[in-house]
Amino acid sequence: MQPESLPTIFLNAAIVNNFVLAYFLGICPFLGVSGKLPTASSMGAATTLVMLISSLCAFLINELLVMLDIEFLRLICYIAVIASAVQLVEMSMKKFAPGLFRALGIFLPLITTNCAILGLALFQTFREYSFLQSVFYSLGAGIGFTLAIVLMAGLREKLELSDVPSVSQGAALSLMLAGLLSLSFMGFAGLGG
Amino acid sequence: MTTPKRPSDTINLDTFLEGVWRDNPVFVMLLGMCPVLAVTNTSMNALAMGLATTFVLLASSALVSLLRGFIPKQVRIACYIVIIATFVTIVDYTIQAISLDLYNALGAFIQLIVVNCMILGRAESYASKHRLGKSLINAAGMGVGFTFALLCLGTVRELLGAGSLFGIPVFGEQFEPWVVMILPPGGFFVLGAWLLLFAWIKQRKATKGKQGETVHAT
Repeated sequence: MQPESLPTIFLNAAIVNNFVLAYFLGICPFLGVSGKLPTASSMGAATTLVMLISSLCAFLINELLVMLDIEFLRLICYIAVIASAVQLVEMSMKKFAPGLFRALGIFLPLITTNCAILGLALFQTFREYSFLQSVFYSLGAGIGFTLAIVLMAGLREKLELSDVPSVSQGAALSLMLAGLLSLSFMGFAGLGG
Repeated sequence: MTTPKRPSDTINLDTFLEGVWRDNPVFVMLLGMCPVLAVTNTSMNALAMGLATTFVLLASSALVSLLRGFIPKQVRIACYIVIIATFVTIVDYTIQAISLDLYNALGAFIQLIVVNCMILGRAESYASKHRLGKSLINAAGMGVGFTFALLCLGTVRELLGAGSLFGIPVFGEQFEPWVVMILPPGGFFVLGAWLLLFAWIKQRKATKGKQGETVHAT
């Protein structure tokens, strides 16, 4: 198989196979934190940061596991790495950006159980990406996640002002909206191969 | 699914039914959305995913409940995650051994059971506070509820998107498959439609109840 070029990997992860809208990874924060635009964008940034850190660590750990021939421990190691990366981001955010820390609230520790991050680590292992490829992949995924959540937040802010039947308010409407967004992202299929 | 019977304090039917209907993890609590949307493009995948999740939920609830006296409060989340990850690894290798096709169809989503918020949520809010029997029954209820929800989505999506049920064609030759339903947007639409249906039923019930009260009062 021909090795994928770096821009292709980036574009694929960010737009064509968007993690949220095509792979359904990270739906919980996508639906939970997309109520307001500023919170959504900072959530996106935090997630991107955690993705980058944990993807790098996961790459190194996978090398180690393969070397020692104990790949069955992969899942446990990955999740431990992600949990510590989240803890790290949480502590530094508390120190340097307390306002943001309070705004994200409960959702910051919940990044640990954001499937997008573990999914990213697993996918890059399955596809046997090199170190540089992994970096681009995680960056693309993070930016894709941010794009999706920011778009969704913008749409939902508009939706607040519109008059919809009371039955469809809340989760049902958000899901329909996500479906439409996902449908429009399908238009990018084939881009970048 | 049979409910395991064990002597414990106050187990009633509600311990089990809570998860199946009133607090259904998918339709009411909106937990564990990622596998719900991702693997429900056919009913077979949905069923397999539901059963795998139920197994992990049962096993981890049992272990968390047994160890609840030993796990220090500060590191409990890490402990739960490791317990869950262990069982998921077991499921992962088991499915790989039983059916490679199924394994390929579900892909990374088997391993992603680890980050299913529903399982961690049960461990944290239920199994760590209740005795073994009660936790097991509650976990079984939640598992059944989760599988039920997955099947709800899976059957609708497969019927509309491929015109078949569990791989068996239902509609005959003339049926034009509604392909978008098995693609990602279909997952959002079908789940949205189910939620809409449940919200509608709830609202109808509420207004009916109110009308009944006013009639009674007059």
